[in-house]
Amino acid sequence: MIHVDGLIKRFGSLTVLDGIDHRQAPAEAVVLIGPSGCGKSTFLRCLNQLETHDGGRITIDGVALEAGSRLDRESQRRLRMQSGMVFQQFHLFPHRTALENVMEGPLHVLKMPRAEAEARARELLRKVGLEDRAGFLPAQLSGGQQQRVAIARALAMKPKVMLFDEPTSALDPEVRGEVLSVLHDLRAEGMTMLIITHEMEFARDFADRVLFFEGGHVVEVGPPGQVLEDPTHPRTREFLRRVRPRH
Amino acid sequence: MDRPATHPSARIRPVPAGAAIWVARCLILIAGLLPLGRASARDTNAWPAIQARGILRWGNDAEGGAPYIYHPPGKPDALTGFEVDLAEELCRRLKLRGDFVQGNWDMLIPTLKQGGSIDLILAGLERSPENLAKVAMSRPYYVFAQQLVVRKGTPPVAGLTGMKGRRIGVLSGTSSQRLAEATPGVDTKVYQDNVNYFRDLEVGRLDAVLTDGPIAQTYLAGNTKLVAGGPPFAQGAYAIAVRHEDASLLEVINPVLLAMVHDGTLKQIYSRYGLWNEDQSTLGDWSETRHVGEQHRSTLREWTTYLPLLLRAAVTTIWVTCGGMTLAVTWGLVLALCRLDGSRPLRWAATAYIEVFRGTPLLLQIYFLYFGLAQQLGVRLPAGVAAVLSLGLNYAANEAENYRAGLLAVPRGQAEAAAALGMSRALALRRVLLPQALRIALPGITNDFIAMFKDSSIVSVIALVELTKQYQIRAIDTGDYVGLGLMTAGIYFVMSYTASLGARQLERRLRHDSR
Repeated sequence: MIHVDGLIKRFGSLTVLDGIDHRQAPAEAVVLIGPSGCGKSTFLRCLNQLETHDGGRITIDGVALEAGSRLDRESQRRLRMQSGMVFQQFHLFPHRTALENVMEGPLHVLKMPRAEAEARARELLRKVGLEDRAGFLPAQLSGGQQQRVAIARALAMKPKVMLFDEPTSALDPEVRGEVLSVLHDLRAEGMTMLIITHEMEFARDFADRVLFFEGGHVVEVGPPGQVLEDPTHPRTREFLRRVRPRH
Repeated sequence: MDRPATHPSARIRPVPAGAAIWVARCLILIAGLLPLGRASARDTNAWPAIQARGILRWGNDAEGGAPYIYHPPGKPDALTGFEVDLAEELCRRLKLRGDFVQGNWDMLIPTLKQGGSIDLILAGLERSPENLAKVAMSRPYYVFAQQLVVRKGTPPVAGLTGMKGRRIGVLSGTSSQRLAEATPGVDTKVYQDNVNYFRDLEVGRLDAVLTDGPIAQTYLAGNTKLVAGGPPFAQGAYAIAVRHEDASLLEVINPVLLAMVHDGTLKQIYSRYGLWNEDQSTLGDWSETRHVGEQHRSTLREWTTYLPLLLRAAVTTIWVTCGGMTLAVTWGLVLALCRLDGSRPLRWAATAYIEVFRGTPLLLQIYFLYFGLAQQLGVRLPAGVAAVLSLGLNYAANEAENYRAGLLAVPRGQAEAAAALGMSRALALRRVLLPQALRIALPGITNDFIAMFKDSSIVSVIALVELTKQYQIRAIDTGDYVGLGLMTAGIYFVMSYTASLGARQLERRLRHDSR
């Protein structure tokens, strides 16, 4: 489903991603961990083309984008449409209701008829447990509710892959569960997902595979049981010790 | 023109305490309007004071004032004209030094009446009943007649009555204005100076100009496009004006003027400017007619006459402002988007535009659009169009900055979220960024809208009579600055308060708008 070869991203003279290779099968859930500034977030943003890559090749479900050749907007857009993005800070449109936030993409980007877009949006809101909040503005919703609307908004574009950039980091601990349970539902439906998180317990329960990023490289890859419980790389061990002081 | 210490009402009040005088003097000094030791406004015997000072301060307007008073070609610092010569001769005979004081022509009488800055007006002021109601006037020093001026090739004109349905330019506050306005069916355009109406006639914005003979004669002398339209008519005479309370000055001035008639000095002066004619031979025969006492008209009591006049002018203010603002918010948006999102040359051009239009006076831009374009490119914008354009183009620079501030205040995540949904930049702007930016920019924009109601008064310089101009015309006419001022201020308040309410409504709607 996802095929990344030698992905390179630089900010000026700083190389943030230094030749990342990544394969991900359909319905596979992959969790990215690593210290801040390690490049994991940039990796996700490259997949969604919020950042353009300087080298390598990204393919999502057959749609490829090779760096080097001119990255024209249309091919960037085609790749972008393959994935849905969920941000740490939700970034809901504050001037539109929950329902309108979810309808916005289908209506204006996919040019879906209004009735169909609304029916679909309502169904997605029901799926994330917010059908009774359809007419609320983002400011009237709790953080957990906002993030669930943001997930519904991304799903409305029928992406092949869902990308989550620390989806629960901005939330109070007691509402994280409602967002994580939505992720579990998605996994059960067979969605291909890439998730950046600092919640190690969630990662262990949820991930098929865990990638440990550092210094623009994937330092360690493997099933959560191995990477999280018995890491081979000293950097991984150090990182885990820091995020899980009780170990 | 705000000089509290010399307000007319001060005359009937008891002498204020020392401290009050001191404060008033300070205000006067700060205003820089007059030197120390000025004769009091209550002093009705002005002549000894002037003699003691040794200086006679005479008011006139050197702007476009040939043959009266003007800067000779090539010598922008010098002054010449028959009234300059007349004033010099008058001062020489009175053994005084002449001190020319520059003022806007239509503000000379109000300035004189305020007292303090000039002793008399020697500025082609007509000895008309209207003027005699406001000031005391000397014996005439020049006899003139009204002259119609038209473009060469215009069919012969049968006087003013033959000008029905035509546009006639006149100078504000003159008998030309009164005559034109009193002729039914004539579309009178009022100007502040006596050059620009000729320009507008040349380029076809007017069908004729009605003005005093000397002005027409001088302008036509060097002109190939314009000609006199028919013989002169409606004689009048220029005289020197002093304040009513200084009327005793006339007893000094009148004999000197008469002596200048008799010994041929006047003829000499006028001949120098080609202005001597047979009409002037009557100057020696003139005898004093009774002064008309100063009238205090209350326009508030006559509000049924004056309020409709002001309201009609307010309509002009409203459409100029609404038109200007509509242009400003649309063009401003284009500029803001060019500046933020455009290619490098577009960004540069938008920035340059904004800096130039913000950095130069609106008045200059209006002159440029209205007179400059007509002169250089032959583009003759109607006054209304030029007014809306100049206000709109100028305010667009401000609105662009309002939009830009709004767009910059929208969190970056919003653009990313829109992009992540597959929106193009244009769609993201339309659906996501601009609606949020507008909410932030709106208070600034509505503030500018209300400011434009007031700024729009500047368009009166291109012969558009809007509210402030109408106030000025009628206030000079009636002398009732307070009554008319209250009515005018009331109208402005109603307009801007309505705009405020509308803006608040709009802000509320945008806040709740969920579409």
